[in-house]
This record gives sequence, C-alpha cells and structure tokens, in this order.
Amino acid sequence: MRDLEGAHVAAGSPPRPRTPRSSVVVRLSGDSGDGIQVAGGQLALATALSGADLETFPDFPAEIRAPAGTTFGVSSFQIHIADHRVHTVGDRPDLLVALNPAALKVNLPDLRPGALVILDPGTFKKRELERAGFTCDPRADGTLGPFRVLEIPIEELTRKATAGTGVSARDAGRAKNFWALGLVLWMHDRDTRSVEAWLARRFSNEPALLAANRAALAAGHSYGEVSELSIPAFTVGRARLEPGTYRTVNGLEALAFGLLAGGRDAGLELVYCSYPITPASGLLHQLANLRPLGVTTFQAEDEIAAISAAIGASYAGALGVTGTSGPGMALKTEALGLAAAVELPLVVIDVQRAGPSTGMPTKTEQSDLFQAVFGRNGEAPLVVLAAATPADAFAVAREAVRLAVHHMTPVVLLADGFLANAAEPWRIPELSPEPAFPVRFHTNREGFRPYRRDGRGVRPWVVPGTPGLAHRISGLERDFETGAISYDPTNHARMTAARRAKILAVADDVPPAALEQGEPDDRLVLVGWGSTYGAIADAVAAARARGRAVAHLHLRHLWPLPRGLGPLLAGFDRVLVPEMNTGQLAALLRAELLVPAEPLTKVTGRPFTVEELSRAIEARLEEAP
Amino acid sequence: MSAIHAPLRLEPKDYASDQEVRWCPGCGDYAILKAVEKALSELGADPDRTVFVSGIGCAARFPHYLATYGFHGIHGRAPAIATGIKLARPDLDVWVVGGDGDMLAIGTNHLVHALRRDPDLVILILNNAIYGLTKGQASPTTPIGTRTPTTPSGVVERPLSACEIALAAGARFVARSVDVHQKHLPEILVRARRHEGAAMVEILQNCVIYADGAWAAITDKAHAAETQLLLRHGEPLLFAEGRKGLAPARYRAGLRIVEVGPEGWQAAGVLVHDERDRTLATLLAALAPPLPVALGVLYADPAPTTFERAVHAQIEAERTRAPALDLAAAIRRAPTWTVSD
Repeated sequence: MRDLEGAHVAAGSPPRPRTPRSSVVVRLSGDSGDGIQVAGGQLALATALSGADLETFPDFPAEIRAPAGTTFGVSSFQIHIADHRVHTVGDRPDLLVALNPAALKVNLPDLRPGALVILDPGTFKKRELERAGFTCDPRADGTLGPFRVLEIPIEELTRKATAGTGVSARDAGRAKNFWALGLVLWMHDRDTRSVEAWLARRFSNEPALLAANRAALAAGHSYGEVSELSIPAFTVGRARLEPGTYRTVNGLEALAFGLLAGGRDAGLELVYCSYPITPASGLLHQLANLRPLGVTTFQAEDEIAAISAAIGASYAGALGVTGTSGPGMALKTEALGLAAAVELPLVVIDVQRAGPSTGMPTKTEQSDLFQAVFGRNGEAPLVVLAAATPADAFAVAREAVRLAVHHMTPVVLLADGFLANAAEPWRIPELSPEPAFPVRFHTNREGFRPYRRDGRGVRPWVVPGTPGLAHRISGLERDFETGAISYDPTNHARMTAARRAKILAVADDVPPAALEQGEPDDRLVLVGWGSTYGAIADAVAAARARGRAVAHLHLRHLWPLPRGLGPLLAGFDRVLVPEMNTGQLAALLRAELLVPAEPLTKVTGRPFTVEELSRAIEARLEEAP
Repeated sequence: MSAIHAPLRLEPKDYASDQEVRWCPGCGDYAILKAVEKALSELGADPDRTVFVSGIGCAARFPHYLATYGFHGIHGRAPAIATGIKLARPDLDVWVVGGDGDMLAIGTNHLVHALRRDPDLVILILNNAIYGLTKGQASPTTPIGTRTPTTPSGVVERPLSACEIALAAGARFVARSVDVHQKHLPEILVRARRHEGAAMVEILQNCVIYADGAWAAITDKAHAAETQLLLRHGEPLLFAEGRKGLAPARYRAGLRIVEVGPEGWQAAGVLVHDERDRTLATLLAALAPPLPVALGVLYADPAPTTFERAVHAQIEAERTRAPALDLAAAIRRAPTWTVSD
C-alpha cells in the first residue's frame, strides 16, 4: 500500500468508512522510556488475533537509559501487517507514530513517500528539537513535505483521559504509549480486548495504574472516531495460513523451545551454559525460566567457562549447549576445538552481530560464517547450521541437537540479532509423545575401544559411571582406537581424515539441496542463508509474479553443504548470494563447488530490503546471457 | 562427598591405569600420584564413578595415569569442565588436577569462580613454581629474583599465594601439603574428598629439571621442624618440636613466633588451631619464611549445601510449583489463536 488516505468525516457521524489494504507497515517510535516495545507487542498480538499475517522487529538503543530526547535513545517497533504470507517487516513504513522529535528524526529517512506521520506537537519545543538535532522545526521548513502529517497532542490527551484515576502526573503521562496504541488499533480496525486483558494481568496489583492505562487506551481508541481530524482508517483481511494453532514467536524463544524439543527427542537433559552478551543473553533468560522442562542453566564467569562447562556436561551424559555472539565465539574457539577432538556432542548458538571486535552489538550481521566453519586451530571440522526465520529457529535448533548427538560432534547454529528479536506467527508443532531420536549410551564392555568408530565414522558415547568402561579422553592426539595419547605420524593422518570424513558424512543424514521457489532451469538463483530468508523469499516471489525466471535456494546446512547442491547450482546462468557480510557464503560456494557465485553484500547493520533485492534481480537478469 | 556407595576394597596400585607414566625421573608428581592412589584406596573410591579432570601442563597428565574416568582438557579450564560435569551428574566423584600455570595463571578465573560457587570438587594445585612442560619459564608462583629463560635478570613480579586466593574466593576448604609427605598428603586428600563442596589442596611439588629445590627452604628435612607448621584442629600452633609456637602479634594484626618455656604453650600465648576460623586461616595462609609455612587443613567449614545441590533443589522447587508445565504447555503460555480450513 502506498498511503493511508482516509475519508474525511466529521466528528459524531457514523463509523468512518475503512480503506481495505492488502498490507500495511506501521512503526511506533519514541524515547526508550516510552514503552514502545510493550505497545508494539500488544499491537502484534491484536494483529495476530485478527488473522492477518505479520512480521515484527523491535529496534532499541544499545544504551540502557540513554538521555531522554536524544536520537540514540530512540526505541522503535515495526510491524508488517498483511492479508497474505509476508516474510519481512516491510521495507518502508506507511505509518509512523513518533512520540518525540528524536523519534521523527531517526525514522524520517526510512519512510515511504506519502507515508502518514503522527506526531505530538506538545513535544516539539525548542529544547526537544535541539536535543534531537533539528536546527529548525521540521514541521515548518518543508522537511515533512513528502509526508502526510497529523499533529495530535498525545501526551496532553493522555493526561486528560487519566484524570481521576488517582495516578501521579508522571504516571499519567507514561500511559501515552497505550493512548497511541489505542489510536493505532482503531486505525487498524481492531478492538482493545486483548490489550485490556493483558493490562489486567500486568497491573493486577496496581489498580490506579491499571485504571490509567485502560483509560488512555480507551481514549486513544475512541479518538479516531470522534476527532475532527480526518484520521485514516484501514482494514487488512485475514491471511491464508495453514490450519493449526498459532502464537507469535521471536527467534530467541523459538531457539529455546527448539533446544528443549531436541533434548526431549534425544531423551537427554540439557545443560545450557552461557555468559551475558548482546544479542544472545535473551536465550539464557528464556531457558532459565524453563528449567522445569529439562534444562539446567548456568551463567558462567566467562565465555570460555561457559563452553567448557557445556563440554563437561556432555561428557557426563547430558547435552551441553552454549550460546553467544561473535566476540564470545572467538573466545570459545579453543574449547570448540577440544569438543571436535574428543568428539563429544555440543550445540553452540552464535547470535551474530555487526563486527569486528565489539562492533555494533545491537545491529545485525552474518559475518561469523567463516569463523563457524573454519575458525579453529588445526583441522577441526564440525557441523554448521543456520536458522532462516524466527519460527524456523525451532526446527533448526532441534536439528542441531539431533546432529550433535547422532554424530558426536559440536554443531554451531548461526542466528543473528535480527532473527533473534524479530517475531512472526508460528504454527505450534505437534510434539511426539516419545523421544524421536533417543540416545543410547554405549555400555557394552565387550571389545570396548573409546574411539572405535561405527559405519558412519562415529565413536561411542560412554558416560562416567558406566561399570567397567573407565577410560581417558584428551585434547592430545589419541590412538585411532584406544584413545591413548599418540604422536604416531600415520595415526595422526588417519585421525585427521576420520574426523573430516565423519563430518562430511553428515550430509547423508540431512535433506539434499532443494529450491524454495522456482525451477532448476530458471536463469537466476538467489542463494541465501540465515535471516535473509524473508527478503529473498518476498523479492523472488514478486519477481516470479512479474514473470521472471528466478529461483530461491536457502541453506540451513552450511557445513557440510547438502548433497546435490553443486549440480543444482550449475544449472543456472547466474548464482547470486545476498548476505550481510562481504561475501562469505559466496566464497565458500566458489571454493567447494566451483560455481560462479556472485556476492551481493550489505553491512549496514540492517537487513536487506525487498526493494534492494528486487533491483538486484532485475539488474542480473538484464545482464544475463 | 557425593552419593554414598559401599566402599570398594582396592589397593592403591589398582587405581593405576595401564599407561606408562611419562614424567621426568625424580619429578614430585610421582609422589603425588602415589598419594592420590593411596587416598582413593583409603576412600574406597569406585573407579567407575570417579572422574579426574585436568587442564594442560605436566600435572595435567594426571588423568591418563589413573584407572578412573578421565578428561584431559585444555589449559586452565578444568574447573569449568568439572563444574559442568557436576551440574549434569552430581552423583559423580570429581577431582580437578592442575599446576600453578594452569590454575594460577591462565585459569585463575575459573579457579576463583569454582571456589566461590562451591561445587563438590577436589581441586589439586600441584605447585612447582615453574612452567615445566614448556621448558622452564617463570610461573605466577616463581619467587622474585629467579632467573628463567623469560626472566634472564630474575623475576620482578611478586608471587601469588594459592591458599590466600582460595580464601579470598570464599573457599570452604583450603589445605596445603608437600609432594613427598607420603603420610600427610594422603590424609589431607582424604579429608578434602570427604569435605562437601569445593576443596582446594595446594601441594608444594618439586620440579627436578627447572626449579629443583624451589621449596627447599620449607621442605628440606634438615630444618623442616623449624620451617613447617603442621596444623591439627584443636591443637596449638607449635613447631620446632614444640619449642616454639605462634601467638598473636603485639600492636598489630598478625602472628609472631614465641618460645615455649617450661610453663607450657598456654603461658606463651600460643594460639589453638580452629579450622572454622577464617581470620586465622587467612593469617596462616600468608605465613612465609622466616615464619614457618603452614601445612595441613588451614580452613574447613562446609557450607550448608553445594552449588549443584542448590541448583537442582531450585529446579525441583520450580517443578513442584508448576507440576503441569510441560513443553507443549510452555509454548502455549503465550496467547494463541487457531486457523481452520
């Protein structure tokens, strides 16, 4: 949709006509203390309950309490609402609610021309404008020319609405997020029931705050109807989703549930060991609150201790899992090599962020692929997976557990800051009543050799406490069978080859390469991995709708690469690899498959837009032979 | 001590693995290995339920030489690996072995945090005041002035004290012994194992190749009576065959040497060792020549629970509070909606 022009109806008249829309992109924005994320979460829930499809992304500042009114203290929440399946949060907002000048300043460059901007004139005072970095009032100098602007004194109206609820002046003003939410819900043709239910739970012990927030919500909701301003109203139909029970889920939640499901399927307790790091800490929070479901959580003294404790847990017969982001991955490197050497299962979740070094902790990137695949001393192969969407993280986390325990190997699961925090509807999967891939520890004394491999090249998992099987494992090179320390040259060559072959054989245990969209004889294929899924899927779908011969292939298994990938890619004239780094997957595909993969890179800390990919597709097709 | 099992009747030699021991001839580690085997025998330890975890260095080869389960890990990280083992399997009997480089340089962080968390581990620090396996560089416990390949004009840094660090970290069991004390050391190891929680034992160990005699000022038999203070709970702090003792210092906090006259040690003001007295333990840990060095259990005061027991008790309580919570229910704690055909 291009704009939100509504009909002009005077106050007090019958309900205003609503413009049907196939999709709307809404961004709520304000100061980090304004409760934007709470309002956004409730907007997402109300949207989900309407049956529309959605995708959301919170964008909050790195500082915990940035100075009020500054641009670096702006917190935003974006939602893409659609009557069809969407996979991105939308390139450009159609509607921006900016609760202060800084929020306007930060978000202006992203807006679609013609977008509707709702702002609170009460906050456009000299001091606030200066703090936001405006030299003159943007309402007066033409800055807002390309947009439609509605000035609504949100804070003032909130204070009026909450008068008499018994809250302090300060708390009255703080309810403005719910006033704004009420208005957006009205514009979006949603009632306030789900929000009221949430408020009742949230403020069950604070009746005055409950009353104030309720009053603000109701006032915002009725404002659209009664205001003399012509506030546009729209309606988005239901999306056709697969039948089932849904909830919204973000990437970190889905990872937590996927790990637990994997542990359940393996018949193992999980021990999740982690050290706080943005943007992965949320996973530790999630799991710490789910401990009764079969996970022990451990906040270690550092990243190295976290992975070391996870390895210890796996050694002892649980499944050790650790989670981190890029800098933490770097610290875990040596221990990751140990896990590969002693051949114990381990799952490592890397929620990537912009690097190098500390980089931009709250901004997304996919630049740890090389680190995951190659980043260890010595030849230390392991399995690398990547989740494509927030909901997909559930299945991929479960897959990581499966591969780790079945192949006695560390598995690195790559997520990223965008995927971790983005949310979408998730069809809740049926959980099998019995473990789907139960682990059986080796207990047979007969001919026991700690490193004797089975037909797949996998060594036995023997846990301490097993009678008669006491043995020693070590990061020192060990004998091919007995595991005793060995510096024998032939043995080392044989062990190196065995470790490599074991990991490459994982490709036999995962689905062969397949296209998400398109045909093998199309001209162009976009090969993606990780959270670029949404933008690629939507761009390719749009291009195909325009009749373009373009396909989409998305890798969840990055190492080893799935079988059949080389021949499949060889059938296309051009292979384009969009990724949020400087071309790491493209380099891997070129090296491994000798295909002319062309990188399409973006390292701004933001995800690709559909528009960027659409332009790239058109450009490649024009040039293609 | 972990879950109780009927003690086994195994000889010390039954705890030796089939691996050929590869320390230098004359290395103090041989004596420590022997003492550990004696202690395991005395404890009736079940080799199948016992795990030795180590880092890197000469001392870290330990697990290979014992017929128990063993995990020879990476430099400095053994306490962290062991903590993970105890979290997953509180029933296992877990020992950590490392040297002064392993535990007081690259892995100090993990040592400190293991001690403050207090999982039921025995942590042995084989302190030889040198890096042996990497060929003789100064370690964090090498005395000032020692010439090594990395300190050709002598060490300028002050050495660390393992026992003082342990006490500062909140350890509830801190002991010190000497490699060649074949009666004392096994006794201390047995006490350490029977302590519930993290028990740290510093073992003064001689490296014959790179730091021969590093501890001689303390350990030489010729003057041991004067240089060693053997601690016994409830007994006076006497040394030099009872002719001398330690009394509170005058006009400052500390200990001083007093002569014990015919009126006896009480009259001389000699203190009585109390393993539960953390302040005394701190003074004892700091004793260094010319004062006698304290050997034995400096401090032993078990906490009401261990780290792993506390964690699992919490999880159990959480389960009790939410008996119906399973994964399917947890997933559905968020608002859900249904899409039908």
